[in-house]
Amino acid sequence: MARAVSSRRKSINTALAWGIGLIIFFPILWTILTSFKTEGQAIADPPVFLFFDWTLENYSIVQDRSDYMRYLWNSVIIAGGSTLLGIIIAVPAAWSMAFVPSKRTKDILMWMLSTKMLPAVGVLYPIYLLFIKLGLLDSLFGLVIVLMLINLPIIIWMLYTYFKEIPGEILEAARMDGASLKSEILYVLTPMAIPGIASTILLNVILAWNEAFWTLNLTAAKAGPLTAFIASYSSPEGLFYAKLSAASTMAIAPILILGWFSQKQLVRGLTFGAVK
Amino acid sequence: MATQHSRTAARIMMAPAVTLLLGWMLVPLIMTLYFSFKKYLPLRGGDLGWVGFDNYVRFVSSSAFWPSVTATLIIVGGVLLITICFGVLLAILLDQPMWGQGIVRILIIAPFFVMPTVSSLVWKNMFMDPNYGLLSYLWEFFGAEPIQWMSQAALPSIIIIVSWQWLPFATLILLTAIQSLDSEQLEASEMDGASTLRRFWHIILPHLSRAITVVLLIQTIFLLSIFAEIFVTTGGAFGSKTLSYLIFQRVLESQNVGLGSAGGVYAIILANIVAIFLMRIVGKNLDN
Amino acid sequence: MGQIILNQVRKTFGDVEVIPPLDLTINDGEFCVFVGPSGCGKSTLLRLIAGLEDVTSGDISIDGQSATELPPAKRGLAMVFQSYALYPHMSVRKNIAFPLRMAGLPKDEIEKRVTNAASVLNLTDYLDRRPGQLSGGQRQRVAIGRAIVREPAAFLFDEPLSNLDAALRVGMRLEISELHKRLSTTMIYVTHDQVEAMTMADKIVVLRAGNIEQVGSPLELYKAPRNTFVAGFIGSPKMNFIQGEQASALGADTIGIRPEHIDVSDTQGQWSGRVGVSEHLGSDTFIHVHDTGLGDTITVRAAGEVDFKHGDTIHLTPRADQIHKFDAQGLRI
Ligand SMILES: Nc1ncnc2c1ncn2[C@@H]1O[C@H](COP(=O)(O)OP(=O)(O)OP(=O)(O)O)[C@@H](O)[C@H]1O
Ligand SMILES: [Mg+2]
Repeated sequence: MARAVSSRRKSINTALAWGIGLIIFFPILWTILTSFKTEGQAIADPPVFLFFDWTLENYSIVQDRSDYMRYLWNSVIIAGGSTLLGIIIAVPAAWSMAFVPSKRTKDILMWMLSTKMLPAVGVLYPIYLLFIKLGLLDSLFGLVIVLMLINLPIIIWMLYTYFKEIPGEILEAARMDGASLKSEILYVLTPMAIPGIASTILLNVILAWNEAFWTLNLTAAKAGPLTAFIASYSSPEGLFYAKLSAASTMAIAPILILGWFSQKQLVRGLTFGAVK
Repeated sequence: MATQHSRTAARIMMAPAVTLLLGWMLVPLIMTLYFSFKKYLPLRGGDLGWVGFDNYVRFVSSSAFWPSVTATLIIVGGVLLITICFGVLLAILLDQPMWGQGIVRILIIAPFFVMPTVSSLVWKNMFMDPNYGLLSYLWEFFGAEPIQWMSQAALPSIIIIVSWQWLPFATLILLTAIQSLDSEQLEASEMDGASTLRRFWHIILPHLSRAITVVLLIQTIFLLSIFAEIFVTTGGAFGSKTLSYLIFQRVLESQNVGLGSAGGVYAIILANIVAIFLMRIVGKNLDN
Repeated sequence: MGQIILNQVRKTFGDVEVIPPLDLTINDGEFCVFVGPSGCGKSTLLRLIAGLEDVTSGDISIDGQSATELPPAKRGLAMVFQSYALYPHMSVRKNIAFPLRMAGLPKDEIEKRVTNAASVLNLTDYLDRRPGQLSGGQRQRVAIGRAIVREPAAFLFDEPLSNLDAALRVGMRLEISELHKRLSTTMIYVTHDQVEAMTMADKIVVLRAGNIEQVGSPLELYKAPRNTFVAGFIGSPKMNFIQGEQASALGADTIGIRPEHIDVSDTQGQWSGRVGVSEHLGSDTFIHVHDTGLGDTITVRAAGEVDFKHGDTIHLTPRADQIHKFDAQGLRI
């Protein structure tokens, strides 16, 4: 639509959108600002916005008090590990469904998606029990497996929609060129699907990073990721807003940045391709 | 493009994913069903035998059941209403020409990436705290009595927090849908002299109906099982106990696994009803 | 090396029989073209030979060995696809080298063959480009390059020129023919363009609904089409078919006469009609003649420029020895 819009209208749009955008973003902004305040300034009346004594001490207190780095490490392992494992399992499955479709492919995809909708709370106790029996409670390995399983349908689904866009003839050409199945997937399909695979990884890291049911219920001190780290701040002890803010900022910063990169893919991934 | 070779290969390559998901679905499901027919109190005697449908009856007849259903419906309904209404408006706004659209999008999408424990704690303490929360300053600034958010208005508080988390999702999807609207169609209707409001009702909204349905269903599935938002704010007190939180309490807090499992079965049935609708829509999309 | 024999090959998709049992022999070094209307099963037949689809029943042998059970990689055939199917993430060099890499050839041998193929196909300057940075004709050459480096027993082409513009198509047609002359490797070439078939083939296989209607050299098909379908399909403009009195006078149900076998005159002739549209090609003129009393419009081809105007009366005389006669089943008499 190459059409001149009056700059008056454009200005109004801009002002309105920025206003709303800032209001929505404000809680995050406020959290980040507060993390640099002293506890006293954090609850100052009236609230102070920018003109306070900027300090980094909250960050070091949080690190000392609750060992942020360990939780961060656990989050990285859980989110990264479950996504990687999921991708390894999902790529062959998505290849099969995209390039060798059968009459049942659609049903299988649907069924896979339906496992995603199993309410976690409905199966909490069995999983809890199994974890105790298998010695997986509060272990990184156990969480990697669970998060891989809950996100596997989304990973398969996303890869499937990306693979569908790759012309089958190219894979057939590889087959004619003497490529084995492994070479076909490794040297032809995967490199061609890199953008899709990357956004699948991104979205799933985000989902796994923020998952707050299994990570809270299946971990204790040892394997807790950042969701658990933050939950430990839910019972206030004295003045703690600045520290809470510092902890929150540290918990969300990595994923916020990743998320901004992957917003386009988000739509596709989360709607299972139903909206493009 | 299928030969016997490739079909065999396909089956082998699908096996791990299918097996894992099948196990992940069936094992806990069967265990939940099994427990739901038992009186099972791990800390008070363990397995006390079969009780038939007793747990199912007791779960539904407990005094906490109906309030939890009401709370669930209010939260899900409230969040859906807010996110979809504001989502549509925001999406239309963001689709207009403006300066710095990319940045605004980033600002608006940000809450979605905040983990639920963080957003709940930040809202609860830094905004909704009756003494130091920013909202009480705001209320005082306008000369109003600050609200005891978490105790007096537990449900609205949770709805606000959850809506804040999900509004970006709704907006982003609706925006994507709007952007796929054929601009020629809009121009044609403009040529036909349709007013802005009419264009909204007769062209934009119908075009969005599919995206709205998708948002509705996906959010419903996630909202039915919100957990952290209640866990770290009210802990289920002040009438904010949802169905899934009730089940959680039965199982882990009061360690009545049989009763909780019966509740779990109800939750699974409920989620499946929603899921069937979602599947229909997604399934249609697979055909093209 | 490169004789391909199909024995009672049959293919069904579900309940639909796309290729009824079919026998065909393609000799070593032959340029064999499959032609037929869209959807008649040309691609399917080619893919069966390639091994990209399983035969439902029957046997395919390549060089005397049964290949029915072999996967595509093991059949020693190379294929050029309609969409070229180049690997978009690899340079031209890597694309051409890919089959050799898969075959596990040593690096210097790969390098030698790629360089060689590139110079044959005039691709030397483009070796480090990606397919996306090439023109259609260049992409086509890369696809051919990828096929020839393997020194396959036979080349399979599935409408390789249909994505090119008309001028390029003529050029590439010549290049492929040239390549065939030089390599003298068996080539199977699918097209629905009968001009390509006529100009390139040693042997043409005309298909209709999966059935072979006729096999023969281009001139055999032109001169002695076995039935009305082949007669109508081969030759351009299309053969005129006439039924009724004129046909039965010659003891046939239908007679066919090619446009180039009708003489025109403005004074006298066997038939007369009114001139419709004339298509002036410079070297020839195609005149569509109406109201001849013969049923359909008759197309005639006059050499050079002729001066008939729309609506003029024109007289036509078919050359008696060039009239094809067909019976009620459409078979040649
Ligand atoms: N995988 C398949 N499943 C079902 N039917 C198929 C499949 N592939 C091809 N067909 C059918 O088989 C018939 C022959 O198809 P084929 O692609 O061989 O035609 P073609 O002669 O190559 O046509 P074109 O000139 O349009 O490329 C068509 O009717 C097509 O619909
Ligand atoms: Mg074809």
